[in-house]
Amino acid sequence: MSITAFIVISIIKSVIVLGILLTAVAYSVWLERKVSARIQNRWGPTRVGPFGLLQPLADGVKFILKEELTEPHVYRPLFIAAPNSSLVFAITSISVIPFGNWVDLGPWGTYLQITDLNIGLLVVLGITSMGVYGVALAGWSSNNKYSLLGGLRASAQMISYEVSLGLSLVGVLIITGSLSLRDIVDAQRHLHWNIFLQPVAFFIYLISAYAETNRTPFDLPEAESELVAGYHTEYSAMKFAMFFMSEYANMVTVACLATLLFFGGWLGPVFGPPILQMILPVLWFCLKVFFFMFLYVWVRWTLPRFRYDQLMAFGWKVLLPLAVANIVVTALIVAWRA
Amino acid sequence: MIPLSYYLLLSGILFACGVLGFLIKRNIITIFMSIELMLNGVNLSFVAFAAQWHALSGQVFVFFVMVVAAAEAAVGLAIIIAVYRTRETLNVDRVNLLKL
Amino acid sequence: MLHLILFLFFGTICVAGAINLLAQSHPINSALSLIAVMASLAGEYLLLGAEFVAAVQVIVYAGAIMVLFVITIMLLNAGKEERTKGSRIAILIGVPGVVIGGVLVAWTLLHRPDMQTVPIGALKGDPSAIARLLFHQFLLPFEVTSVLILIAIMGAVVLASRPEAIARPHHSTPGPQETRKLVATGKDRR
Repeated sequence: MSITAFIVISIIKSVIVLGILLTAVAYSVWLERKVSARIQNRWGPTRVGPFGLLQPLADGVKFILKEELTEPHVYRPLFIAAPNSSLVFAITSISVIPFGNWVDLGPWGTYLQITDLNIGLLVVLGITSMGVYGVALAGWSSNNKYSLLGGLRASAQMISYEVSLGLSLVGVLIITGSLSLRDIVDAQRHLHWNIFLQPVAFFIYLISAYAETNRTPFDLPEAESELVAGYHTEYSAMKFAMFFMSEYANMVTVACLATLLFFGGWLGPVFGPPILQMILPVLWFCLKVFFFMFLYVWVRWTLPRFRYDQLMAFGWKVLLPLAVANIVVTALIVAWRA
Repeated sequence: MIPLSYYLLLSGILFACGVLGFLIKRNIITIFMSIELMLNGVNLSFVAFAAQWHALSGQVFVFFVMVVAAAEAAVGLAIIIAVYRTRETLNVDRVNLLKL
Repeated sequence: MLHLILFLFFGTICVAGAINLLAQSHPINSALSLIAVMASLAGEYLLLGAEFVAAVQVIVYAGAIMVLFVITIMLLNAGKEERTKGSRIAILIGVPGVVIGGVLVAWTLLHRPDMQTVPIGALKGDPSAIARLLFHQFLLPFEVTSVLILIAIMGAVVLASRPEAIARPHHSTPGPQETRKLVATGKDRR
């Protein structure tokens, strides 16, 4: 494929994926409001459009038109840069997530993935590590003791659970033998899904990911009753919307990774004419990701919050030894079979 | 295809900036960051020479440098916190009780 | 050509970040410049083909060690630096000295008769190849570094904890009633 065709196809893929991701982020807010409302025995958004489906549009317009409170006591450069960097890192990790197989569009063909790096999983972990800066710098630059405490707590929590997140994925890597996300999904053909081979790793990954994205039951840094609003106390309108969007984009990334690594990605029954064979894998992928987003919301509105010392003790004293034990057992079994 | 000396030059510039920061800065955290900058310059040299001599050991050795840098950063920051608790300052010129 | 453009792009960010680290007076700005240096160094490693090293550079260096620095700066609330007599002397002597040394080294490096070139992506640092080296040839240093990290963790925890938390590990900080008693009798300060 020539270089111009490669560049044009990559740009088209990036634009499409980015558009779908931002729409998914907006509608995950809708999902959260609807599901939380039904769990709490009420309706949720029903007025704006059928089933409240245009509510994200109304929210977007609100965020754009709202007045931005400009405080004189904040450290301006970091105050503006923190939510932007948080959003940028949250959105960037979608660039290595594969959605489906090879598709042929006329004379050209491409994988349904923006780029297939052979260290794709490490790139996602690296971007997750860099996402801590948005939270820490937001808390510090707000020049406010509640924000500083919330920012410190949030960043300490995030770097603690990154360790067990990474270690829980090593079991999957030992079985697969490659860091490329496409290879990991290809190794799960014929219902050899990694959820059956690595159930403990799946639960460690899910718990660590909930803590990493600062969602209940690990959302003490942004708990309303504890710290006003934690690290985004001083933020209003568009910057607050950026934090909001980056949280939901991180949730989407975690859901995508969970399906790719443990539930077989886009693998599922495929039949019919070629056009259907190209679309069905993407459909299975979206269904599985939707299930994980639903699980996120379900857990949030069911479980109470951890206290901060319980949270840190759980991460270091329970999840980390469990993840290491999982690696040891997996390595022993793989070495015994070889 | 660029000469290897360009990579070594970049590595040398980073190392020189690290040395300069170590000498002229007075805040102890910034001095620590200059040490990390020096270590990064050395890492770039390792990887550049690994590319030239086709020896993967150069890239493996970068891991050991990173691990040592991480351990040193952890212990060093703990010492800084302990010093701050007793002397209430982060300026190295003020931590001079043992001076003649 | 593309190789040179990419090298200059990442190299300029590296050098600019390094000089900004020296020029800024507030440590948080220096920390952010250092993060920019580390991220662009990861780009340089990718140009040399060391993909695994680049990923680990971002995860460990830019994503963990620098977070430690930023958290410490936030915690200790380090303000802007002050100029003392020692720092003025160091600037007067140090800057010309290091600049002269750097120019000498640059001259020696750039004016060699045989300039060996490296192509883009010179040595492919495959994770499996690096792992094979790490666990066969470099096994002893690998195990020693894990012990080193354990010692560093223990040392950092001991050094950064409060003295009374070690002396009386079950009474770390007094509750509200005890604090009121301590304040009333003037015993809350050393």
